[in-house]
Amino acid sequence: MRFWIGALLLAIAAGALAVSGVNEYFFFAAYVVITYIVLATAWNILGGYAGYVNFGTPAFFGSGAYAAVVLFQALGAPLVVQIAAGTAMGAALGFGVGVMTLRLRGIFFAIATVAVVFIMETLMINWRYVGGATGLQLQRPEVMAPFATYARMLFFVMTVMAIAAVGIARYIQTSWVGRGLRAVRDSEEAAEANGVPTLKLKLIACVVSGGLMGAAGAPMPMYLSFIEPASTFSLNYAIGALAAPMIGGTIHWLGPVIGAIVLASLQQIVTVTISGEMNVLVVGVLLVLFVVLAPDGILGLFKRWLKSSSR
Amino acid sequence: MALELKIEGIDAGYGAVRALHGISLSINEKETVALLGTNGNGKSTLMKCVMGMVRPTQGSITLSGVDLTKLSTEEIVNLGVAMVPEGRRLFPKLTVEENLLLGAFRPLARKEIKSNLDFSYEAFPVLKERRRQLAGSMSGGQQQMLAIARALMSAPKLLLVDEPSVGLAPILVSHTITKIKELKEKYGLTVLMAEQNFHQAIRIADRGYIIVHGEIRFQGDVKALEQNELVKSYYLGT
Repeated sequence: MRFWIGALLLAIAAGALAVSGVNEYFFFAAYVVITYIVLATAWNILGGYAGYVNFGTPAFFGSGAYAAVVLFQALGAPLVVQIAAGTAMGAALGFGVGVMTLRLRGIFFAIATVAVVFIMETLMINWRYVGGATGLQLQRPEVMAPFATYARMLFFVMTVMAIAAVGIARYIQTSWVGRGLRAVRDSEEAAEANGVPTLKLKLIACVVSGGLMGAAGAPMPMYLSFIEPASTFSLNYAIGALAAPMIGGTIHWLGPVIGAIVLASLQQIVTVTISGEMNVLVVGVLLVLFVVLAPDGILGLFKRWLKSSSR
Repeated sequence: MALELKIEGIDAGYGAVRALHGISLSINEKETVALLGTNGNGKSTLMKCVMGMVRPTQGSITLSGVDLTKLSTEEIVNLGVAMVPEGRRLFPKLTVEENLLLGAFRPLARKEIKSNLDFSYEAFPVLKERRRQLAGSMSGGQQQMLAIARALMSAPKLLLVDEPSVGLAPILVSHTITKIKELKEKYGLTVLMAEQNFHQAIRIADRGYIIVHGEIRFQGDVKALEQNELVKSYYLGT
């Protein structure tokens, strides 16, 4: 209950911020940060809870973006419909990929997910309708009241999406699904011997995770007014979605949120103050530091600090 | 209908390696049957076949008339079969309580999860004391208790116990066997236990099968087993 009151207040605050006089650039940058919150939260459902490392984030993200573009091109569908289509596309891809690859374990699953990215990218490069390799310029529709600009509206929409994503992740974590996924992470064989329906749970996780990633990708073409395969299927999304939970902590739903805020904000700051190329380096350095020094992430550090100060 | 596990002429193996050759075995309700044999003779494979984790290439496994060879492990657990796997196979990084809750994953057991948990704590008070502790941080004996308690969380009728003595000190082996006996008497369980330790196994078994290189070489009640030449040469060193 407290969670949902907090969520509601956050959504109202985001709405108020979006209609306030804050500098336009803030919304432009915040959109990217919030996208990473959704991606990291989605990634963590399969990667954190179940321990199945997924490098395929761009495939899900990109298929959501392209689903939105197709609907927009064909029917001029509004943003909400685009997001719904992106979610459906991501979930469907999650189901397909899950059925084919979730029997693989450990490193083999991870490799298979990388392949999915290249398959999706190749498909889009060769599909003329959505612009092929050169991409497609998109004409944004009129912005809806009360928002003054499109970036402000997208900021609000993404905030609501992030809250929904975190709510879903939180529900999964505390329910029997999460318990089963933790069992899979700890010892898949033991889970199976206990009658935990491991494949079914992993599929659920993969579908939900893929659906959320697809949703996160759907507004991207409208945000950029442009889409092309190389940047849409960029492996940077895979690294960011994976690094944020690692940095924040994978065990709790709060971990990816904290990690994504820290990481993506830092990247935005570095992009502006130092250079656009340096921001990828930030991810690498932070990831190495955390894996070596704080394998349980910021949440783990916080827990340790709580324990030592209560003594 | 009375519970009856019937295994008839099963062959099973891993890839090109055949571990079981035409094994037949039966267990009646409330019986305790020991599956005896040293390492690598197919005891665990047989148990995994019953649980649907290894598929026999031939023969049939039925539980009270229901064919188990077509069912998934979760469906078999749903029918009231639970296994305590060899080497315990706990979830070391989850707490004792989470381990127990995972034993009650089948929908039917999930409804009774509270009373089953109370029941497990009653049977193993030490687990209640340690319910917030990580399972991997307990001693071997306690871990074995947890593994048994976890299997009982699904309120099984048929309990498969795979080598409860592995990695335990002799005194703990004896405790574990005694505990299984207690539970079986109290709750009317039917037990199939694979064990290398002949003396411990026959303390609670009604009947036994000796399995050598994937074949049943002898079967009989405890008396017959004790006097059997094969047992003498294999276990008793005479």
